Amino acid sequence: MSSGAEITSQEYIKHHLTNLSVGEGFMTVHIDTLGWSVFLGLVFIMLFRSVAKKASTGVPGRLQCAVEMVVEFVDDSVKSTFHGKNPVIAPLALTIFVWVLLMNAMDWVPVDLIPRIFELFGVNYMKAVPTTDPNMTFALALGVFVLILYYSIKVKGIGGFIKELTTQPFGHWSLYPVNFILEMVTLLARPLSLALRLFGNMYAGELIFLLIATIGVFQLPVHFLWAAFHLLIIPLQAFIFMMLTILYLSLAHEDH
Amino acid sequence: MNLNMTLVGELIAFIVFVIFCMKYVWPPIIGAIEARQAIIADGLAASDRAAKDLELAQEKATAQLKEAKAQAAGIVEAAKKREVQIIEEAAVKAHAEKDKILASGHAEIDTERNQAKEELRQQVAILAVAGAEKILERSIDAAVHSDILDKLVAEL
Repeated sequence: MSSGAEITSQEYIKHHLTNLSVGEGFMTVHIDTLGWSVFLGLVFIMLFRSVAKKASTGVPGRLQCAVEMVVEFVDDSVKSTFHGKNPVIAPLALTIFVWVLLMNAMDWVPVDLIPRIFELFGVNYMKAVPTTDPNMTFALALGVFVLILYYSIKVKGIGGFIKELTTQPFGHWSLYPVNFILEMVTLLARPLSLALRLFGNMYAGELIFLLIATIGVFQLPVHFLWAAFHLLIIPLQAFIFMMLTILYLSLAHEDH
Repeated sequence: MNLNMTLVGELIAFIVFVIFCMKYVWPPIIGAIEARQAIIADGLAASDRAAKDLELAQEKATAQLKEAKAQAAGIVEAAKKREVQIIEEAAVKAHAEKDKILASGHAEIDTERNQAKEELRQQVAILAVAGAEKILERSIDAAVHSDILDKLVAEL
């Protein structure tokens, strides 16, 4: 930590978990979350676009190979879960997987490095892992949720969708309100669990990184262990988010 | 948990990225992958076919070789037969020639012997006449006594 003896651990952690923001109340915008996520999204888009532009069917170069591995991995995941024809799901899954992976990967950057650099330019707050901001994860989940609603209505029709929400699990008409409540909970739990799972995992991970940073010189091996553990967590969370997105969208396509 | 305008901004960014990915990133890459997969599948199928063709060709070549060997053996057999036949024919011809030559030789000898006999007879007749002349010391009229002489010659 070494950010001066005058501040306590509590203040240190609190400082590192505060977003750089402008505006008041609901109109607040977290500049750091927005900036880093857009930056990382551009890294993803530009990297993959550069490969897509030169994509050849011949012997691929190293970068093309790496990108194709990711694309094929996502394509296989989509094909194993979603058995229909939809031009949106696969690119959506790819975007979610790579973007979330890159944003999660910011967790590996030492917790003080980026805030310190920005401090030199007079920027006091800098939270560099966008997925530790619920705004980020809820935005992703909300996007997915809108698509779930859109495809549910498009495939089943409004009537079919309402029927699905009311006529099961109990078949009797008097229990339709109960069914509706149960199904609404199921439906709303999907984006909520998507957003909160990613946010919770990454926020907790970041918090532990910060706690480790407060224990003095012993932080080095402990930090290493925790970062190594994140080799598992970071891709796993990106993968889970992607897989659940595919799963929810394929459920939305199922017509009973 | 302070949700605010950041969410809206992120949502917009998300939508933009997904649309861009859908339009300009995913189709070319997956297209290249699938095209390459098709090429590789074609190549593998072609190599399979080529291997099968090679096997067939080898079988054919083996069969042809066998046939050729059989034919060669047949030709050799026929040639041997012909050889024997030619030799036999030649032998028969030679025998015939020998017989002919021998026969002509015998005929020649016979004529020569007959000639010699004739000559000898005449000589003997002359000698006999000469001998009788000497014995009688006088000339015998050959014309008168020719019938006797002829008888004598015929007896020889």
